[in-house]
Formats: sequence, C-alpha cells, structure tokens
Amino acid sequence: MIETSGTSTEAMLTAQPRSRNRTIRRHTGLLFVLPAVTFTTIFFILPLLMTIWMSLHNWPLLGQSTFIGFENYSSLTSDRQFWSSLGFTIRYTLLITPPIFVLAFVLALLVNLPLRWIGIFRTAYFIPVVIGLGASSLLWVWLLNDRVGAINTLLRQANIIEGSLIWLGSIDTAIFAIIVSVTWKTVGFTMVLLLTGMQAIPQEIYQAAMVDGASFLGRLRFITLPLLRSTIALALVLSVIGSFLAFDQFYIMTRGGPRNQTITAVYWIFNNSFTYFKMGYGSALSIVLLGILVILSMLQLRLLRRDVG
Amino acid sequence: MNIISSPTIQTKRVRPTISKSLLYILCIILAIVFLFPITWSIITSFKPPAEAAAIPPTGLPSYISWENYQKFNGFGDGAGRYLFNSVSVAIMTVAGTVILSTLAGYGFSRFDFPVKNLLFLMILTTLMIPFQMILTPLFLILGALGLQNTLPGLALVYITFQLPFGVFIMRNSFDTVPRELEEAALLDGCSSVSLLYRVMLPIVLPGVITAGIYAFLNSWNEFLAALIFMNHQNMFTFPILLNSVNYGLYGAVDWGALQAGVTISILPSILIFLLFQRYYMQGLTGGSVKA
Repeated sequence: MIETSGTSTEAMLTAQPRSRNRTIRRHTGLLFVLPAVTFTTIFFILPLLMTIWMSLHNWPLLGQSTFIGFENYSSLTSDRQFWSSLGFTIRYTLLITPPIFVLAFVLALLVNLPLRWIGIFRTAYFIPVVIGLGASSLLWVWLLNDRVGAINTLLRQANIIEGSLIWLGSIDTAIFAIIVSVTWKTVGFTMVLLLTGMQAIPQEIYQAAMVDGASFLGRLRFITLPLLRSTIALALVLSVIGSFLAFDQFYIMTRGGPRNQTITAVYWIFNNSFTYFKMGYGSALSIVLLGILVILSMLQLRLLRRDVG
Repeated sequence: MNIISSPTIQTKRVRPTISKSLLYILCIILAIVFLFPITWSIITSFKPPAEAAAIPPTGLPSYISWENYQKFNGFGDGAGRYLFNSVSVAIMTVAGTVILSTLAGYGFSRFDFPVKNLLFLMILTTLMIPFQMILTPLFLILGALGLQNTLPGLALVYITFQLPFGVFIMRNSFDTVPRELEEAALLDGCSSVSLLYRVMLPIVLPGVITAGIYAFLNSWNEFLAALIFMNHQNMFTFPILLNSVNYGLYGAVDWGALQAGVTISILPSILIFLLFQRYYMQGLTGGSVKA
C-alpha cells in the first residue's frame, strides 16, 4: 500500500513519482535507520522503562531486589534531604535565571550593533560556553580560593573587601560565587539564541518605527521584546532545565556543603543510587524529578505563548 | 545554506548621542571579564611552582616553566593514560555519532517505510528526557554487558545521547539535497549505499561536521556519566582526573599542577570551536531555522 506520512516535511516527498523498485526501497530505508534505532532502544528507551520498574523495588547493587509497590514514593515524602535538595534547586534556579537573561539580552543587543570587529567580541563572550562545566568549576574553585585565588586579591586591591573571603565556605557566598561562575560559563549560549531571534526580525519594522519617532527603549519594548517571545521561551526552557539539573558545579565546588545545604536534586539522586546504592529509591527520585521538569517546561511554554499578537 | 539571512545592519548611522568609542570600551571591558579566568589559568600553569603556589598570588611568571605540567603528569597513572582515555572515547563517540546519524538522516529523509514517523519521534523524544534521569539503570545495563569501566562502554552511552541532535541535523541536511541529483544517479545504476557515499555525502558534509563537533565537545567535556561509569582509577577520563586532583586523591592540592590540567582540558575545546565556529553556530540555529 502507498504510505502517506502526515508531517509537513514529507509533503515534498509524497509528491514524487513512485519509483519501480518501491518495495525494495521501503526496506532499505528501515535498514538505514536501524543502527540509530537500536542504540536508542538499548541505551535510552530500555533504561527509561527500567527506571519506572526499578522505582517500584527495593533494589540494592548486589543481591535480590524485592517488589515494594509505591513504598519508595511514600518514603520520599518524609525524606528531609529530598525536600531540602528540591528547595535548594528551585532557589538556585530562581536566583540564576534573571542574571543570565538580563546579561544575555544586553550582550545580544551589543553584539548585534553594526560595529567593525564586533564578531570578535561575540566570539570572546561565547568562548566559556564550549569548555566543560567540570573544567570551569575547577578553574573557579581556584580563582575563589582564599589563599591563592585571584578574586580575593582583586577585590582587596579595589578596597571592596578586607582580608580574604572563604567564598565556598558559607551557603550565601557559595551560591553567589557559583552563580557568578555559571553565568560566566553559560550566558554566551543564551546570548546567541537571543541574537539569532533578533536577527530574524525584519529591519523594515525598525525603520518604520524610527520614521514615527520611536525611541530606542520604545523600539525595544514594542518591537524587539514581543517579536522575541518564542525565542525567549525556547531559551528560558533550556536555561531553566539546565539549572534544575545542576550537579557538576556543586559536586566539584562545594561538595554539597556546607552541612549538605548545596546538595541539588540530581546530586541527591546520585548519592542514593551510587553512594548508598539504594537504586530503587534513586529511580523513584528520578521519576519525580522528571515529572517536575515536564510540568515546568509545559508551564513556561504556555505562559510565554499566551496572548501573542 | 542560507542559515542567517541578511547582513545584520540595523541602522546605518549609530545614534550620535552614543559615541562609538564608548561602545568599544564597553566591548573590551566585557571581553577582559570573559577571557580573564581562562587566560589567568593558562598563565599560572606556566609559572614556576613556587610562584603558582604563592600567597597572595603573584603577577606574571618570572620565567616560563613546564614544571607544573611535569608534576601534573605524576598523578595516578600519568597524564598520558588519561589523555588516551579521553581521546579514545572522543574519537569513538565522534565516529559512531557521525556514522549512525548520517545513515539514519538519509533513511528518514529519503525513504518511506512502516512506522517511520514513530521511529523518528522516538529518537527525538530522547532529546526531551535529560540523561541524568536514566543513569541508574544505565549503570546496571552497562554492568550486564560487561562494559562498565571500559572506553567503548562510555562511548556507546555518549553516542546514544548525541543521536537525537545528530539525526535531526542530518535529516535536515539531506532534505536540502535536490531530488533530481539523486534520481539521475539512480538512473545511472547507482546503488543506495554508493549514492549516499559518492553523490550525497559531499553535499551534506557541513551537517556531518556540525554533528561531529558537538559529539567531540560533549564527550570531551562530560562529567557526571564518566564519574559514575568509570570508577577505576586507571579508567578515569580527563575531567574526572582533574576532580580527583582537587579532591586530594593525590595529596594536598597542587594549584599550579591543577591549572596545568585545566589548561590541557580546555584548550582542545576552544581550538575546535575557533576552527569550526561556523558549523558550531549552525548547530545552535539548526533547531529554529531549517536549512
């Protein structure tokens, strides 16, 4: 039978004349995609289903696992570290998202200006994005160190602090320092996303607005921001999910301390599954976090898509 | 490829109230802020160890020294071993991702077959589920296959994580190839495989490069999965080695040596990005702008 697929991208394809050896080609297509499909099945779909299955078990690393129904989920409600980790992750996400977006937006406006050499600056601001979060965290641990670190020295020379701050030693300064370091590392990514959106706005709109005497801020408020809505939605979802999944920076920079206060949600899953080897419980935590992430991204997309136009 | 459409001239005349030089000064200050941490790490890695460990830190090195690199090489099984681990995993990840994505992209773009849309959707859905959520069972699956603490095992996981992006990019790349070209080659008696290899591959090469760069960077930089799956000291990848140095696994933290390691870790990423910047950016916009 003739297959017609529903997506728009296939419209062109179905308009083609059918070739003679159609039946052979049908199976050829399947062969081409088979390796990728096999990988995805074994290393993604299977573990995803196993996560659900394992979450219903008491599953130690060695020895027999036992089915316990929803017990992992109910013990999760009285797990104080879980709630504290979830709270901390939310707090971290709420604190880091505004600086990233404000800075990224300003940077995008700046590197979108028709200045000579601006491409070099664009590249410079983007470079931290391509290095690893692990490497950048280790770089910042050293920069923030109270004895050999450059940050304390610079702040001391600028007379902003006296002596040395142990940045990662208390929760408030640790959050602040980590937000600065992660913003440095990731803001270029959001900048480029916003820049791409800005460049897609037709110049005629700006020219018309300028003829009408609209100010720079007026054009920003009534043209750039509304037309960037879907770009901002995409960038926001990516950024918020990234912050919600934070692990490397806290594992490396604070090791969850002081007093377990900077253990994030993923960090708590890691501890349960791979430090205490409570793999069933770790799976239940994963499912709950996955549920939260799905709701979160749907909510953000809904909020930003509302009242368009 | 018409990715970013027109040149980005916003207005011909910059408003007279904002002077151009002020903007340049702002640009330069920001560039210093963004590049200082990396530059400072590289400079420190070449200081003589006593200067690198000085409290408070000193300025520029009094002479260029490789001692920090020699000391870094003394950790664990030697830096060479860990470089070998990271490079092998990266090569396998890039090769696997590029081959599987190209084949699948070709299949999804050019053929009709049963459950095609379902399979494409299945691969793309994995993009929406963070890999952090499935690490626990993945650990058991790798164990059952005897692939824990092996370089191919880690590469297999990385390839799978790269596939949604790779397949998407390659499907889009093949969609841009004119059908007439393919029909002509088929009439000349070209087989599907040689059609892909000899006629189409040169055209979709930019997509292949994009998929390859992302596969390299993600494999080279990845931390959490490597931390979980590679727990034998001789199987560490580079980021895990660096973390162990900082953790004091090899004695009190030697900051100069650590920055030598950080430098080795970040330079390949920066270099690859600078060399292939155009392809990298196409990967970023590939989601919103169809090639």
